[in-house]
Amino acid sequence: MLLIHCPFCGERAEVEFRYAGEAHITRPAEPEKVDDEEWARYLYERSNPAGDHAERWHHVHGCKRYFNALRNTLSDNFLTSYAAGQPRPGREGVQ
Amino acid sequence: MTRTFRSGTGGRLDRSRQLSFTFDGRLLKGYAGDTLASALIANGVHLVGRSFKYHRPRGILGAGVDEPNALVEIDRGKGRLEPNLQATMVELYEGLVARSQNRWPTLRFDLGAVNDLMSAFLPAGFYYKTFMWPRRAWEAVYEPNIRRAAGLGRPPVDADPDRYAFQYAHCDVLIVGAGPAGLAAALAASEGSGRVILCDEGAELGGSLLADPDTMIDGARAWDWIASAVAKLRARPNVTLLARTTAFRYGAHNMVGLAERVSDHCAAVEAGGLRQRWCQVRAGRVVLATGAHERPIIFRNNDRPGIMLASAARTYLNRYGACAGQRAVVLTRTDSGYAAAFDFARKGVATVVLDLRPSCPAALRAEAASLDIDVFEGVSPLRAEGVIHVRSLQAVMKDGTTRSFPCDLVLMAGGWTPAINLFSQARGTVRWNDRLECYLPGEASQMVQCAGACNGEFGLAAALDSGTSAGAGAGGATSAPTPRVHSEHASLIDMRGVPMELAEQSAMAFVDFQNDVTSKDIRLAIEEGFVSVEHFKRYTTTGMATDQGRISNLNAMAVAGAAIGVPMGQVGITTFRAPYTPTSFGLLSGYNRGSTFAPERLTPTHEWAIGRGAVFEDVGLWKRARYFPRDGEGMEEAVRRECRTTRETAGIVDASTLGKIEVVGPDAATFLERMYINAWSKLKVGSCRYGVLLREDGYIFDDGVVGRIAEDRFHVTTTSGGAAGVFNLMEDYLQTEWPELDVWLTSTTEQWAVISVQGPRARDILAPLVDDIDLSPDAFPHMSVREGHIAGIPTRLFRVSFTGELGFEVNVPSAHGLAMWEAIWAEGEKLGAAVYGTETIHVLRAEKGFIIVGQETDGTVTPDDVGLSWAIGKAKDDFVGKRSLSRSGLCASGRKQLVGLRPVDHGTVPDEGAQIIGDGRTEKSGSQGHVTSAYWSEAVEGPIAMALLQNGRARHGDTVHVTSIKGSTTPWRVVDPVFYDPEGGRLHA
Repeated sequence: MLLIHCPFCGERAEVEFRYAGEAHITRPAEPEKVDDEEWARYLYERSNPAGDHAERWHHVHGCKRYFNALRNTLSDNFLTSYAAGQPRPGREGVQ
Repeated sequence: MTRTFRSGTGGRLDRSRQLSFTFDGRLLKGYAGDTLASALIANGVHLVGRSFKYHRPRGILGAGVDEPNALVEIDRGKGRLEPNLQATMVELYEGLVARSQNRWPTLRFDLGAVNDLMSAFLPAGFYYKTFMWPRRAWEAVYEPNIRRAAGLGRPPVDADPDRYAFQYAHCDVLIVGAGPAGLAAALAASEGSGRVILCDEGAELGGSLLADPDTMIDGARAWDWIASAVAKLRARPNVTLLARTTAFRYGAHNMVGLAERVSDHCAAVEAGGLRQRWCQVRAGRVVLATGAHERPIIFRNNDRPGIMLASAARTYLNRYGACAGQRAVVLTRTDSGYAAAFDFARKGVATVVLDLRPSCPAALRAEAASLDIDVFEGVSPLRAEGVIHVRSLQAVMKDGTTRSFPCDLVLMAGGWTPAINLFSQARGTVRWNDRLECYLPGEASQMVQCAGACNGEFGLAAALDSGTSAGAGAGGATSAPTPRVHSEHASLIDMRGVPMELAEQSAMAFVDFQNDVTSKDIRLAIEEGFVSVEHFKRYTTTGMATDQGRISNLNAMAVAGAAIGVPMGQVGITTFRAPYTPTSFGLLSGYNRGSTFAPERLTPTHEWAIGRGAVFEDVGLWKRARYFPRDGEGMEEAVRRECRTTRETAGIVDASTLGKIEVVGPDAATFLERMYINAWSKLKVGSCRYGVLLREDGYIFDDGVVGRIAEDRFHVTTTSGGAAGVFNLMEDYLQTEWPELDVWLTSTTEQWAVISVQGPRARDILAPLVDDIDLSPDAFPHMSVREGHIAGIPTRLFRVSFTGELGFEVNVPSAHGLAMWEAIWAEGEKLGAAVYGTETIHVLRAEKGFIIVGQETDGTVTPDDVGLSWAIGKAKDDFVGKRSLSRSGLCASGRKQLVGLRPVDHGTVPDEGAQIIGDGRTEKSGSQGHVTSAYWSEAVEGPIAMALLQNGRARHGDTVHVTSIKGSTTPWRVVDPVFYDPEGGRLHA
């Protein structure tokens, strides 16, 4: 079971969280103005890397906050976690 | 048998406590401190089981979790029968009842042993090759018979009455294994203040030292050193010692599962007592001191009872005072076999050493000579003679002659396999070591390190040294003294060039004892092209038994490597998986059984409904009353009556499971505008609206009535099952997309009890109870909400309907729910109202064509598909899912649309989920849709169905055909989905 660092509560066990998909997928500000292709990309296309992945977690059985984390999908190690809305940190910034 | 195999003194037994036990019904004696295996050996019982495939007689091979053969069933009475336990791990207690397995009618005379005579015809892959034809016979004939003949123990049939616990634990350092390396690591790690847990699968801490009493450490004999080390650890407040505790799983982020056997070793444990505990330990750092397992040697009939691992025989001799034989032959490929030879010779057992190496070290040779042990070098074992017990061993000597050594005990010292299982489970890499002829831990990917034999650091001094430094490093201590060993044989292990080849290419030279895999099977698999380790492993099943090849995998690689023509280190290694040793289902299920399997959500009227004989159903975690039968009614009669009474008079139902969310704040209306398809800004305070919520992909996610309580306050209801999902979705948008909105969300599902009163007399039922709300149609029209009091209790009273009748939903704080219910029921009963359950809810709403999300919708249904386009706020630029509704697929013509179905000249209620086909001929006719709901309707006195049908709205009046599970079809007319009161006059009464 993963040990996940909630930026608001600290380290908690994975059972308190729910995975919430890739991070930094921004909803277009004016959806009516984007074409079908771009809208489909927003809906469905995800990066799925073998390596560092910026992803959202929901502390659903805790503070209920959605936040972002950088997790290496090969090792399962978390590099950092940060509040929603903050830019993705570079790897050098979190070592 | 009168001869005793027990030494008069010695061992770690409590000789003052003699214990009686039975094996296959035979009454035997042992001592406190014995395992079942040691007690059997002490009683001269060497035949303890039959093998998996060939039913060959088998004895005890190992002394711990390495045992592949001696699997027994332990019987503690009803529901407490456990099969496939290793006799080497079962601690003896007074009255223990053990039975051998996989034999019939008796262990000595086993009919299945005919397989052994047939073995030439039962090679690897035999089943795959033989039972291929006719295909049907596999299920009917071959598999049942093969399963009966093969296999291990029989499963228990009664429910397990015992209790199993689960807990989490945290520590700075977890040390797995309390042999010399683990004890040294624990001593060093606990010098600081960090919390240390030391666990060991054995009954006592000490590991291999328990079999090595004469070694001197820090000036003390080994057992005294263990005692003082354990005492020192026990005295430290930061140390937890766990014996009988197996670290069976190493998960992510240093979470290690420990299986603690709390009472398996105790006599007369009452049923219902605590049996085992699963402890999930989150450790800062882990030290694995899991030791190594000895390997057997491959030669013909190497599985005969009386042939065992040298380390195991030595353990029985020194730890348990049980001498496994009177005339021993030691077969060895390393120095370590000599330790057993010397100990047996000292006890007066005539001992011969056959060293497979071209020469043995001079020091060992000299010591052997001093004990009158004959040592032969460059020997190749040929075969064992004897069936239910070994009688002699034939070997090819250095000069090429064959010689027979009479014996009743053969000790095998084939080298060592470090127990890297947990390190590998922790995703550490492994690397091959040529000198030690084994895999060793490579790079760790978690905070874990290995010490002692598990790290390839063989020998006591090396174990103590590496344990101390691993413990000190993990515990953050700067200096910890390493315990000093005073006398140790040089124990350099160098396996390079030590022969593995067999003197004879025999069929019955076993590699995997538990799965009956021979070296010939592996060679055959390679010959047939199964060269990859993943392939020949599965083809032969080597390493796939419950012991996961603990003692056999390296031998399998050696045989395969020789057959392929590569060094064994290049054969490859398979993945280690949890559990390390078999773990009981009871432990894994823990508290999750019976009434604590899943939490139950109960409404305020639950007990009342039980008292009224309600039949319940599970709706998510909720227990909901499904119907209330009277006078022996079945479900159909009860539901018809409930429906009829509700439409004629009134019906009352507990709707407390409805999801509820309080949406509050200056931007509450704006937030709902963006979430729901509907328009909210102009909704008046005191009014309600039916809201539909989509996912961003445009499909219906949930629905429910929303009431505006104040300008900045909405009472949102959701489906019973969707409440949590809707709340999380709303929070997601609020937190991440529109954090600028000033809105708070509060889940109030459990705070409000909801009593729905439906039917033409609904107003008459509530009128006497309501204190301060005008219920008249003009003052309180359909789709309104009022705050006030009812029977003195504060209420939010909704005028809404899921039945098509005049309806009210009384919301009161849950604590008042039952009292409110009883008050309303008293009024209703006077007027002849019915209480109803979920089944009648479904029928009444279907008669009105109201959808249920999850029944009429399945995650691919748009608002237009189910006729809800009218609900979309046309003036809105955006809401969740709006953009997707204009994607070509979602607005294409010919989509499946909601329709009603009425029967054509029959009275059959179709199956929900049944397919709709065009012309009634099942062959070649594709599906045009499916039935989503179907009931017998009292209101229209016949079957009704709702369905999703291609281009359905344009097809009213058409006839379609609905399939059934039996294959026949029925004709149906496509109609509007509102079957009852289409004008809605009854709603507005």
